Amino acid sequence: MTGAGVRATARIRARDDGRGGTSLPVLEGDGPLAVRRTRGSGAEARVMLVGAMSGPLGGDHFTVEAGVAEGARLRVGSAAATIALPGQTKDEARYDVRLGVENGGELHWLPEQLISARGSDLYVTTYADLGATARLVLREEQVLGRAGEEPGRLVSRLRLRIAGRTVLDQELACGPGAPGGWDGPAVLAGHRAVGQLLVVRSEFAAEPVTARVLGEGAAVVPLAGPAALVTAVAPDALRLRGLLDQAQASFA
Amino acid sequence: MSGAALLVLADGRFPAGGHAHSGGAEAAVKAGRITGAASLEDFCRGRLHTSGRVAAALAAAAALGVDPSLLDEAADARTPSPALRAVARRLGRQLMRAARATWPADELDAVAGQFPKGAHQPVVLGLAARSAGLGAADAAYCAAYESVSGPATATVRLLSLDPFEATAVLARLAPEVDRVVDLAAEAAGRVAEEGVDALPAGSAPVLEISAEAHAGWPVRLFAS
Repeated sequence: MTGAGVRATARIRARDDGRGGTSLPVLEGDGPLAVRRTRGSGAEARVMLVGAMSGPLGGDHFTVEAGVAEGARLRVGSAAATIALPGQTKDEARYDVRLGVENGGELHWLPEQLISARGSDLYVTTYADLGATARLVLREEQVLGRAGEEPGRLVSRLRLRIAGRTVLDQELACGPGAPGGWDGPAVLAGHRAVGQLLVVRSEFAAEPVTARVLGEGAAVVPLAGPAALVTAVAPDALRLRGLLDQAQASFA
Repeated sequence: MSGAALLVLADGRFPAGGHAHSGGAEAAVKAGRITGAASLEDFCRGRLHTSGRVAAALAAAAALGVDPSLLDEAADARTPSPALRAVARRLGRQLMRAARATWPADELDAVAGQFPKGAHQPVVLGLAARSAGLGAADAAYCAAYESVSGPATATVRLLSLDPFEATAVLARLAPEVDRVVDLAAEAAGRVAEEGVDALPAGSAPVLEISAEAHAGWPVRLFAS
């Protein structure tokens, strides 16, 4: 990677404030990544990621780190969809999300969609490291192209570790330049929106969710660990969100 | 390495139960996503670069002697669908039985004892290759080729597709199989240093979703 792109990091640390709530001793972002605390509910602190510039563009490298300490509860959303755009350099852009949740902590990581615009080239990694009794709800949605637009190249890796053991490791590559067949009948079958909802609860160790399909485009499955995964494909972002919302409501 | 041993292991008639599985082709045919040679090729290409590449790298790593229990855990993490995890273990158990009879080895006995319900098939495939005196790339070839030959053979039955056309699909995919094997063997070679995170993790969402739907069908021609 050359030095042409923007490097930006946002950091969030949440901890139990000892009074039944969650405090945020670290809440910082620079450049295009701003973070704002919003009104929480009950013991939970809420944070909004606000994109202060467009991007990531080619050559940019964004990192978001969120850590939830024992007993704290954090919910993170984003103010708008993230749009991967082509940059002035031909380099790929990177977006790295690093999530840590200690025992007894809970994180809801629910950003808006990631949209891959024509000509963009983005590699996203989302790695969540959880303690044995940590809880997580994580949603990821990728939209290939804005309305009627060809997508760029998008590679997205999602990895979940619980108590040091890797429970999920998945990488989806799509768009021009991705290995062949990504748009074909085995991988996306022409769908332009794909998403995952990951739910981790220690109770799932004794009582895993029952695998089931939600219509043609989604399935809820128990992973080989105390976690459930919803995988969904849809023609567009709206219908994808509908499927994931429906699945999420079933976990409530 | 022995070229003939590779042919024995890669032979579709090797008695390991693979013929009962369509690699997702049955569900794709039913959904109208495979309708002929062109869509079969696209299906196989997608499978090759996702689960095929993962299987090839797991097999190559097992052939290199990486701890099978670490590889089995890595295979679980790369197979979200419980239906596909169950299939992989069933096929692993069947392959283990055939491999122990064909190339007896203490290592195979030990892994069979460690995984009474079966280890993931690509891991067993790599161990079988190792027992047969084959190398990492050989094991990767077996896994990568199987990832496309299974659906192609099944589609001949499902659609009454001309077998010549199905074989031509496999021939057209050959250069990509070569590339996937190179990538898989290269990744497997990094596992000793970097751990199993170095293995590829390509996912095929439609295969994962339709495998769950297919497992619930009351009547089907293929087990997966």
